[in-house]
Amino acid sequence: MPKALPTALAAGVVALPVLGGLLGTILPAFGILPALGGHHFSLDPWRALLAQPGLGVSVWLSVSTGLAATLISGASVALFCAAFHGTRGFRLAQAAIAPLLATPHVAIAIGLLAIAAPSGLVARAIAPLAGWSTPPDVASVNDAAGISLVLGLVLKEAPYLLLMTLAALNQIPAMRLMAMARSLGQPAPVAFLKIVFPLVYRQIRLPVLAVLAYAMSVVDVAILLGPERRPPLAVLVVRWFFDPDLSKTFPAAAAACLVLICTAAALLIWYAAERALGPLQRFWAASGGRSGAMAIRLGGLALAILLALATLSLAAAAIWSVAGPWRFPNLLPIRFGLASWTAQQASLAAPFRTTLATALAATALALVFSVAALEAVARHGRAARQGLLAFTLLPLLVPQASFLFGVQVALLSLDLDGGWAALIWAHLVFVLPYVLLSLTAPYVALDPRLAHTAACLGASPFRILITVKLPILLRPLLSATAVGVAVSAGQYLATLFAGGGRMATLATEAVTLASGGDRRVMGVFAVAQSLLPIVFFAAALLLPRLVWRRRAALA
Amino acid sequence: MRLSLDAITLRAGGRLLFAPLSLTVTPGQPTTLMGPSGSGKSSLLAYICGTLAPGLHGAGIVRLDSQEITRLAPERRSVGILFQDDLLFPHLSVGANLGFGLKPGPGRRARIEAALVEAELPGLGDRDPASLSGGQRARISLMRCLLSEPRALLLDEPFSRLDAHLRQRFRRFVFDHAAARNLPVLLVTHDAGDAEAAGGPVQILLSPPAS
Repeated sequence: MPKALPTALAAGVVALPVLGGLLGTILPAFGILPALGGHHFSLDPWRALLAQPGLGVSVWLSVSTGLAATLISGASVALFCAAFHGTRGFRLAQAAIAPLLATPHVAIAIGLLAIAAPSGLVARAIAPLAGWSTPPDVASVNDAAGISLVLGLVLKEAPYLLLMTLAALNQIPAMRLMAMARSLGQPAPVAFLKIVFPLVYRQIRLPVLAVLAYAMSVVDVAILLGPERRPPLAVLVVRWFFDPDLSKTFPAAAAACLVLICTAAALLIWYAAERALGPLQRFWAASGGRSGAMAIRLGGLALAILLALATLSLAAAAIWSVAGPWRFPNLLPIRFGLASWTAQQASLAAPFRTTLATALAATALALVFSVAALEAVARHGRAARQGLLAFTLLPLLVPQASFLFGVQVALLSLDLDGGWAALIWAHLVFVLPYVLLSLTAPYVALDPRLAHTAACLGASPFRILITVKLPILLRPLLSATAVGVAVSAGQYLATLFAGGGRMATLATEAVTLASGGDRRVMGVFAVAQSLLPIVFFAAALLLPRLVWRRRAALA
Repeated sequence: MRLSLDAITLRAGGRLLFAPLSLTVTPGQPTTLMGPSGSGKSSLLAYICGTLAPGLHGAGIVRLDSQEITRLAPERRSVGILFQDDLLFPHLSVGANLGFGLKPGPGRRARIEAALVEAELPGLGDRDPASLSGGQRARISLMRCLLSEPRALLLDEPFSRLDAHLRQRFRRFVFDHAAARNLPVLLVTHDAGDAEAAGGPVQILLSPPAS
């Protein structure tokens, strides 16, 4: 087998749809789409796009909500770590994010609706004081400025960035650096931001940029929580693409290109801000000043509030799913029951099976590709790793809406859309990078002398992989499986485009049903969608303890 | 059985790690290679095993008696190695660790039991390696290596992690077993006490000639 084959395969299976998809988006944006009679280069799609009323509002909304969600998520995590690193609250937060990481975006958004909507829990709590007997007429969600959209994104992205930060903290001598800075007279929160944070940021930069790219082109959360009349650009892409009027496909392609341009612009803005703030941070660190600890501690509380709100959102969705009659402004339903679940049984079954089958298939493929690629890197050197990562990380930095559009165009012309293969591959494009990312560090950390010892004892490379490496890596393998299942279960746009609107998963059904506005049905789908990843995360936590209960070094 | 090295060189990105090295190791005469850390001692042993890290390039011929092994896969060289750490496989029991390199065939169980007795751990094959003391783990590590029937034994500072008393005992344990099996032993260390205990010739790994 050629040395580079496994890494090339992993990179290709991910990069091909992204790069091909971009091409399939750009060509129709300039009038070329033979299937719909577009044979010549033309700027008409762009003219049609620019003639759309309110386009400027949509562009502004995409850029502002994307940057705001990223900034708030990142800043709240940074301030929280600075304020509470090494305390009991810090360890509490570590435990609190586990269920939030497993829960898909859509489920959290549905939960936030149940809390923040005019008929939600917050309004019900205020009602007796304000004297409301009907839900107040305020745009507390779906507001025109996208504030509730930003909040919904932050509730999911802040726990993710906290997880990435925790991993980064484990790779630097944070405790010793803190002890040193404090012995030089710096209060702990100030010391963290001055000394530890720059080292952490270098390692979480990629996840931060991925959050920005994601937030710029998110569709499912934007449909649930964003403004309806002038939505973000990515929502317009989907709306026009699935419009029965096929001529809308051309401006939709131009809009998908515009999403790409906006994301590139936002990434540039972020990069410029990094360049500008870096010297300021170093100037501050070198200044010797000791003030600011109190302000940082106060700011650190923001993340605690966000984590509490996210957890409450999950609980609210769960309560709605088992709620009996629940009139405004009662704080709790009159009684609980499983009526909503039994009523939805039939409509849950098929999407649940599709979600489970797709998640398992995509995750299994991702595990095989990742292990093969990492094994090749381990045997043939690290140079391959950079290239592998660069290609497999593409789908995290290229906005989904911009290339999935072209993937669907390509699938249509190959007559492959709406089938299992297309659906699983589309999920694999997003599952593989996360599975590979979560396996890379444990794989690299594995002491190479274990494999060398096994080889000197006469074991072949394949036997070493099967009988030594994989069993020792059981815990990270199961965690990667859970991550893969969670990523797949949360895919909305990939399912929509690759499934051609015909393959329904819990994610797409939940968004579709949300337009009906029935809180109980939405709650049922939110809980059902979350259950699958939560079960896998719980298994990843418990199984190694069970399997290795007699092996102290691994349990 | 003799282990001979013929004009071995190692390069990291074009830089020579040490002057070309040739030597022959005979059974009963454990040879000690000394040199400062970073001089390429461990990498030399990895080259002999065939497990050189990617990024390092080796040249030169390694022979066991008259057979050249340099081109063989690591698992076909029959070269045993002990590292600073015992590197017992954490997911396997003590007995399964011992059996890992032992060829299938009749008498496997008996040979594993006998190895446990030699390691002064009779009947403890079912134990978790993590439950053993450092000295016990070191002895199991040697017995695991010997059960794979190596034709030469490489030692990569295997005594440095043990305290003074254990170190003395384990040195004796290793050299006695190697002598009993007529194995050529190549030891790398920067502890003069190790070289003394080995009792054979000592060679210093020289810096490469300035270019």
